[in-house]
Amino acid sequence: MASNKKYWKSEAELYPNDSIVEALKQNEFTEQIPVDEFLGDKETLSGSSTNRRDFLKYVGFSTAAASLAACEGPVHKSLPYVVQPENIIPGVANYYATAIADGFDFASVLVKTREGRPIKIENNDRAKVNGSANARVNASVLSLYDSTRIQGPSANDEAISWEDLDKKIKDGLAAAKNSGKQIALLTQTYASPSTHKIIEEFKVAYGNVNHVVYDAISEDAALNAFETAYGERALADYHFDKAELIISFAADFLADWQGGGYDSGYAKVKVPHQGKMSRHIHLESNMSLTGANADRRVPMKPSELKVALAKLYGKLNGSNVAGGSSDIDAVVAQIAKEVKKAGRKAVVVCGLNDENAQTVVLAINKLLQSEAFDVESPKYVRQGNTTKVNKLIADMKAGRVGALLVDGVNPVYSLSNSADFVEGLGKVALTVSSSFNNDETAQAVGNIAAASHYLESWGDLEMKKGRYSLMQPTIRELFDTRQFQSSLLTWMGNDKTYYDYIKENWSSSILNGASWNKALQDGVFSTPAMVSEVEENTAVVVEGDEAEEVSSVTPIASAIRTLANTTSGDMELMLYSKVGMGDGKQANNPWLQEFPDPISRVSWDNYITVSKADAESLEFENYNVANGGLDGSYANVTVDGVTINNIPVIIQPGQAKGTVGLSFGYGKSAGMKEEMQTGVNAFQLYKDFNNVQLVSISKAEGVHEFACVQLHNTLMGRGDIIKETTLEIFNTKNHHDWNPVPEVSLDHQEVPATSVDLWAEFDRSIGHHFNLSIDLNACTGCGACVIACHAENNVPVVGKEEIRRSRDMHWLRIDRYYSSEDTFEGDNEEKENIDGLGLGNYVFGDGKGKGALSSFGRMEEPSANPQVAFQPVMCQHCNHAPCETVCPVAATAHSRQGQNHMAYNRCVGTRYCANNCPYKVRRFNWFLYNNNDEFDYHMNNDLGKMVINPDVNVRSRGVMEKCSMCIQMTQKTILDAKRDGRPVKDGEFQTACSSACSSGAMAFGDINDKESKIAELKEDDRMYHLLEHVGTKPNVFYHVKVRNTNEA
Amino acid sequence: MKQVLNRIQFSRFLSISLLLVLQLISLPSFSQEAETVSAEEPTADLGGDPVVGKQLFNQNCAACHALDRKMTGPALKNVETRLAEDEGLGKEWIYKWVRNSAGTIASGDAYANKIYNEYNQLPMTAFPTLSDVDIDNILAYTVPQEAPTTSGGTADMDAMEKMEEKMMKEMEVEIKSSRHIFLSVLVLLFMLLVVILFMVNRTLRKIVDESEIAVEKSMMIKRIPLWKVFVQNQFLVFCTVIMFLLGSAYFAYSWMSQIGIDQGYAPVQPIHYSHRIHAGVNKIECQYCHSSARVSKHSGIPSLNVCMNCHKNINRYSGSPDGSSADDLANGYTNEFYTKEIKKLYKAVGWDEENQQYTGESQPVEWVRIHNLPDFAYFNHSQHVSVGKIECQTCHGPVEEMEIMYQYSPLTMGWCINCHRETEVQVADNAYYEKIHTELSKKYGVEKLTAAQMGGLECGKCHY
Repeated sequence: MASNKKYWKSEAELYPNDSIVEALKQNEFTEQIPVDEFLGDKETLSGSSTNRRDFLKYVGFSTAAASLAACEGPVHKSLPYVVQPENIIPGVANYYATAIADGFDFASVLVKTREGRPIKIENNDRAKVNGSANARVNASVLSLYDSTRIQGPSANDEAISWEDLDKKIKDGLAAAKNSGKQIALLTQTYASPSTHKIIEEFKVAYGNVNHVVYDAISEDAALNAFETAYGERALADYHFDKAELIISFAADFLADWQGGGYDSGYAKVKVPHQGKMSRHIHLESNMSLTGANADRRVPMKPSELKVALAKLYGKLNGSNVAGGSSDIDAVVAQIAKEVKKAGRKAVVVCGLNDENAQTVVLAINKLLQSEAFDVESPKYVRQGNTTKVNKLIADMKAGRVGALLVDGVNPVYSLSNSADFVEGLGKVALTVSSSFNNDETAQAVGNIAAASHYLESWGDLEMKKGRYSLMQPTIRELFDTRQFQSSLLTWMGNDKTYYDYIKENWSSSILNGASWNKALQDGVFSTPAMVSEVEENTAVVVEGDEAEEVSSVTPIASAIRTLANTTSGDMELMLYSKVGMGDGKQANNPWLQEFPDPISRVSWDNYITVSKADAESLEFENYNVANGGLDGSYANVTVDGVTINNIPVIIQPGQAKGTVGLSFGYGKSAGMKEEMQTGVNAFQLYKDFNNVQLVSISKAEGVHEFACVQLHNTLMGRGDIIKETTLEIFNTKNHHDWNPVPEVSLDHQEVPATSVDLWAEFDRSIGHHFNLSIDLNACTGCGACVIACHAENNVPVVGKEEIRRSRDMHWLRIDRYYSSEDTFEGDNEEKENIDGLGLGNYVFGDGKGKGALSSFGRMEEPSANPQVAFQPVMCQHCNHAPCETVCPVAATAHSRQGQNHMAYNRCVGTRYCANNCPYKVRRFNWFLYNNNDEFDYHMNNDLGKMVINPDVNVRSRGVMEKCSMCIQMTQKTILDAKRDGRPVKDGEFQTACSSACSSGAMAFGDINDKESKIAELKEDDRMYHLLEHVGTKPNVFYHVKVRNTNEA
Repeated sequence: MKQVLNRIQFSRFLSISLLLVLQLISLPSFSQEAETVSAEEPTADLGGDPVVGKQLFNQNCAACHALDRKMTGPALKNVETRLAEDEGLGKEWIYKWVRNSAGTIASGDAYANKIYNEYNQLPMTAFPTLSDVDIDNILAYTVPQEAPTTSGGTADMDAMEKMEEKMMKEMEVEIKSSRHIFLSVLVLLFMLLVVILFMVNRTLRKIVDESEIAVEKSMMIKRIPLWKVFVQNQFLVFCTVIMFLLGSAYFAYSWMSQIGIDQGYAPVQPIHYSHRIHAGVNKIECQYCHSSARVSKHSGIPSLNVCMNCHKNINRYSGSPDGSSADDLANGYTNEFYTKEIKKLYKAVGWDEENQQYTGESQPVEWVRIHNLPDFAYFNHSQHVSVGKIECQTCHGPVEEMEIMYQYSPLTMGWCINCHRETEVQVADNAYYEKIHTELSKKYGVEKLTAAQMGGLECGKCHY
């Protein structure tokens, strides 16, 4: 039955002639839909001949073509050598001993090369001085493969051949010589006998040559003080392994103080041995790495430090030094008492760039006759002379300089008065920079003599008197570059190669008949004859000193007076260098940018560090936002009329009230990848090369987003994560008291957690069973292991944004914890004393009650001067691993050798394992980080990828990864032994982190070898496992940290 | 039918008998040859014995000299007469030179110095042990022998042997083709059967029609076609579909599981390098060229300087001792072909044959990689070759028979695992294994340990 009903859509339909109704009868819409508008450019659309059907055809065709093409496997080409070099076997690594000397880092290292490519830096055990690679040196291999390097010589921004450039420079030098103007060499510290010889010859060849050595971060004061006292421009060496008491006045000697390299000696006596260990008292304003390791740390303003130093001298000397507050007096009295008791076993060091302070420190050590104090064979790793630098700038501005050759330094970036320098450059006829990157200086000068990387160069070093090192190339120059020494030889008309020059120089004046090849193989050389000679000299020197002492009383007295009268400012700025960035030479190195600062745990930034009290008064804030990222306020900082705006602020526990800190090395932009242009340039505030400046600081608008990898800073009284004790308890009590095994309840009985098990135990007694030992006493938190792990295991760099989202990929992290009371012991007590929930007090009261809510609330906040502890955490390779049981595809499995295996190709990326890991050491590849231009960190170009270790997989997107306990290294060691038909020797097994650890904190080995060191370490009373009560039975164990709180 | 079968037998008979006849003929020729050689020997009057000379030449001189071309040293064809005629130097000079060339040069001898300078100042190795007779023999060999009677017998023999071989080959071919014939006969038989059946069926129908036997029409109509019955039986349809799906899944799975497995992959290489000639005919040890297999994870493609160790002297292919086979010739593998490949090597390595020196213009050879493990699998040759003492052929197959190299093994994980389960660890004389071997054998109660028992099945041993 048909319906006659009519459905009306609108009343307009009542009018049959309505145009809209008519139109709607035919079309869906009354008007043309303005497709063009929302599809974009109207003209392009109408101009395009592609209609919808064509488009679908193309899509169809390309899809079909792509799937067809996928049917055929790719053809791989293999290209063998035409003539294989004798010592290269494809697949076998070669090691070469060489040395780095970039003006800031000096170290003898081993370079691992594969098929002729350097891929990793390792420590040179044969070196007696600076034989260990820090984080920056470890990362330097990536800088070799930096695609932003200068790839050839240029003049006035145009590429030029070396012949033309050489001619131009020779002409320029000759013109300068003829005009009677000065020829200036502005260089880094070389500490190289052969380079110095070349420069001497250069001086002879051109007459009026002025060689100015310039350190971006100056040790001028220490050098001047030493020169005045001992007649040589050098730095005193300190043997911390001979010290029982170390007093440091803001000397960050575990990082870069006076060239660094002191950590292994320091760590040696930091481990309790027969009831004894060194004691370290640290007075400083910033929280430094060294301060964090101290047994007692006293926060002080830099001005107060000077007064304290003067007073200490007075106390030791028996004279009375006036000035300063009573607080300082109390501290100094205590220290002086301890120093007097330690006598020759005490040593005092100072990191203030103040000549008076350095003079006094030398005097104190001499007074103490400190065994750790070595002036007979001083160090040459810093030689910069700021007076000469300033004079040079004045000369340049006055037009007295005819030619300027710059090497290894970037004054336009690192001078606080760089504007003067640039002005002066304009008045120099010939300006040449031997630059590695197209940095600020390279852009300012007329001619660029493209410099080689140290891994492409020859060289020699005398880091310490009588201790020589050789530098040899491990790869041919990747680009059309030339090292400065070769350039100098060319420019003075000497056609010898630098290699021949060094060899000749060594044969004639250093080797003394010893083998050149042996020295080159070892990378280091010191003649026994030379050492004894020095010792003979010693006696003479000492006599001379005694005679001198009388005359040197006056300068000391005046120094003391000046120090004691130091007035303190309202706010003092202490400039420092970060462990990761140093002076900023390698700012374009993504490994270092992503390296979290050991103290603040912030990567990809520098920032102002302020104390909590100052932050409150200046209204600075740090807080975590919903995604876990750390946000902070901005500050404007003014020093002597120079203002830097919008510096992010970090509230730093331990920062002395009335001081702020700011690190060098950031804020570079010239010749850098965009991602790497981070932070602000602190060198602008580095007036007169003084690392202490009076400063005014105010809050600025805006919020800064940090990339900080650690959200929680305190242990909340969980003393079993980092176990600590004092030397006194350690010596007097049973280890059950200070290193108790956690207990769990079994059948209503408290039993040790280690005795309870959900699983049946596997038999691991046969074959190898690897364990890694980490001694929290020896670990300084320096982070060399983090970068070594990066290099060995092809760990990707993810960038600031991803780090902020907690997607960092470091297989090895070094957790840093602050105590919320004055000590960690106090935290534990506070937690023990918790009484009930205390809801009332928490909500309505003052939050100071003993309830759990109030107590834990308080404990989240670090103390104003906290104790600090470092704990390297990597995959713990649990024998009963929680990750393994939850993997749905059995991608992670356990081995008999104790390693927890991760089969990447099996992983489907459920991330259950990461969720179930109590140590949070598993890392997920959220993206494809290589070959991806979104992640512009050297792994997206062929050059950068040359650093990849071919023995380790490059993981892809969607795959979980983690520390493998360097299975590629243990497998290699086993294979080598099998091939030689011998058992594996103790000490042969290594991981990247354990071999990079120069302080000896990490030891690796086979505990089934009962004679081995690791088996002994495992039986030690200090041994404990992380989160032992969970029952995971890890193969990584830690050693209880012992603090020497014994006050004399 | 019978005829065909007969023919086969006949041809076989024919060929066998031909072979027998030939062999009968060839037997006396052997003895004859042996006789001629011994008979001719004393009568040879060339100042030396070229046969012994050839042997001595190959032992001592061939590394640097050839008869008809320059190598490291000059060509030696007719050297005695050449020296006598051109330089006026007698045999005594040659004796002196051979035994102590450096001395001759030092003595200021003009021609000696000339030669020395001409050949890049490389002094000839001294051969103080060669007697005058030895040198005479060698010199005799350097005189070209134009169809001397001695070689007649040998040539005959060679020809006979070759013919024999050819016959054998032909026979083989024939046997192969007879197999084809046999098969086609069978097919024919079956077709015949089908035809006969069809015809019988038709005849029967005709008989039915003609005898007009009443077939119940109703029955005829009611009979439902088989496929309809099948379609109506839902259970049967269901089962069939399941079977079909399972079957196709099986085939799809087995087809897909071979994706990415390149067993048998034999790409065309830029230089036709015959492993058969090198490893098979000439019995060169695998690790002479692939030396890094002993110490490295890579077996390594030899660099061209390794090729030149031999090919500096071997500049052309003169055929295998038993001549090119029919197969080779069919594929175009003639002596000229191989010689051309050697020239490709010279071009790549930059070897100037004329002047016997390197030009310095080299071009690496872009070999096509055959064995290609995925990046996530770690494989180390030295572990297997040096420690496990496994023959290369175990994984790479009969390389010594491969004219064109191909992937012999599937290189799948299952294949690796199987081998690890079965292969015994070579613990003998290896101090590394001493402790672990005694302990593990006690644990498993076995004397011989497999790689799997050593932990060779753990994921992380190959995947990291």
